[in-house]
Amino acid sequence: MKVILVTGRTVKQGFWKEYGKFSKAYMESVSVCYMDARDMERLGIKDGTNVQVSTKHGSTILKALKSTRGKHSGIIFVPYGPWINGVVDPETDSVGMPSFKGTQAEVEPAPEKPVLSLEELLKKQFRKLNR
Amino acid sequence: MRTVKHVTCPVCGCLCDDLELTIKDEKVVKVKNGCALCKAKFLGYSKHRVLKPLVRKNGRFFEVSYEEAVSRAAEILTEANYPLLYGWSMTSCEAVSAGIELAEEIGGVIDTTSTLCHGPSTLGIQDVGISSATLGQVRHRADLIVYWGSNPLIAHPRHMERYTIFRKGRFQKEKRKLIVVDVRKTETAETADIFLQIKPNMDYEVLQALRALIRDQELDVDEVAGIPTERLEEIADTMVECRFGALFFGSGLTMTRGKNRNIDAVLSLVSDLNKLTKFIAMPMRGHFNVTGADMILTWQTGYPYAVDFSLGYPRYNPGETSAVDILLREESDAALVVASDPVASLPRKAAEHLAENPLIVVDPHMSATARMADVVLPSTFVGIESGGTAYRMDHVPLPLKKIVEPPEGILSDEEILRIILSEVKRKKAEQMENP
Ligand code: SF4
Repeated sequence: MKVILVTGRTVKQGFWKEYGKFSKAYMESVSVCYMDARDMERLGIKDGTNVQVSTKHGSTILKALKSTRGKHSGIIFVPYGPWINGVVDPETDSVGMPSFKGTQAEVEPAPEKPVLSLEELLKKQFRKLNR
Repeated sequence: MRTVKHVTCPVCGCLCDDLELTIKDEKVVKVKNGCALCKAKFLGYSKHRVLKPLVRKNGRFFEVSYEEAVSRAAEILTEANYPLLYGWSMTSCEAVSAGIELAEEIGGVIDTTSTLCHGPSTLGIQDVGISSATLGQVRHRADLIVYWGSNPLIAHPRHMERYTIFRKGRFQKEKRKLIVVDVRKTETAETADIFLQIKPNMDYEVLQALRALIRDQELDVDEVAGIPTERLEEIADTMVECRFGALFFGSGLTMTRGKNRNIDAVLSLVSDLNKLTKFIAMPMRGHFNVTGADMILTWQTGYPYAVDFSLGYPRYNPGETSAVDILLREESDAALVVASDPVASLPRKAAEHLAENPLIVVDPHMSATARMADVVLPSTFVGIESGGTAYRMDHVPLPLKKIVEPPEGILSDEEILRIILSEVKRKKAEQMENP
């Protein structure tokens, strides 16, 4: 399903990052994707099903959660963090700022794929940790 | 047990300075007046600490002395051709000042997290100018508040309670009006009198439509970004009719399509409104001292962020000298990160090059960035274990207090940067003597 990806701050992300980014609570607070209930129905997924979010820059596995923030069909919201950074558009349009909000993305159900822990994610994404 | 009053909160740009902390056995056990983010920091900061400097050898970290770690850091920085010094928004102005000296000494680029939050706002302000005020003025006088692309209840939890909607002012006793503009119904939007849910990436169109309406021009379309024209007329009227309006804008404007042009438009709207009433605008700065980092850079180099010393004098050209661009072009050949976690916050392609650089991290925590480092220099928590100065989002400087003793032997960011700087100078002098 085609959507627009918006990343941003959430209470939990703001709270748990102060406790340390390798904590399970931090991971659980940011490796999620808030979706409109109707969009979830259309994808045939439940609250808590894993989804794959992809753009032309990369893809990631996140846990889909039903958004409590009104109706926003066609928009998914993902907290700032390493899980979504591989997916956002790095283009700065010559002003230094990447495009963290408003990127075209594709969401598909991925119930069999696991959400990685921060350590696994970093190991997968960064060559330096595998030397 | 003792209590410390009038403590400044080292978390977000609100820099609340009314906290009351209870200390027992050199630990903060109770926080009065702080919000959830503030409590999370004061009660949780001591977890996941790094307590010994680390140096990576053959892919693994080894504990070393500060001396050895600083010497390795200075070696990396003196050998580099184009080092990047990044972070700076969660430390004191004094540390930033030392960092700028270091950047100049090694001919590097110094950039702050402004580049990822309100860099475009700075560009907009440089283009258009800004009419601003302190938060105190807003608190006592504003009768209309607008939050555009900003969700203070989450990102700046006490902003509304201390300065805007949930607060009575000396000259503003009645309830203020609140307009919220966002792409989803945020927590803040739920409290609004008027909520405009606009389509993503269309802020610029809405801002320009409002500008036209305020100048009594007619729109010959039925809707803009999903908002019916009559609704926009209603907003334009509300803005014109207020006595003192305050528009706060967040990364909802700077990170979406248009970026700095959105800011041009928002500041032009405020400038138009000032012909008819009194209106101010303010970026909702995120990290507690990101404003201070801008200020100190501006004093010392003439530019607020993305300052390049590689030619021996400061140059500023965001898009060229800004961190993300340098990393995407894979130009830097070493990096120093202070008080920030770019591996967790930069787009991955940029973070990848950062990790490939010989990387020095100064941070109290084991962050994702520290995990990639070649040298980790553990530091104190500024505003908890060491003092300094920080700037609130409205450019009011406030003191950060030292409340408890740091873990034994741990130095502050400023101290660490100063010893790296003198070690760099020593190494350079040595090279001059034995070329
Ligand atoms: S609003 Fe910001 S500065 Fe104030 S207590 Fe909360 S986190 Fe600290």
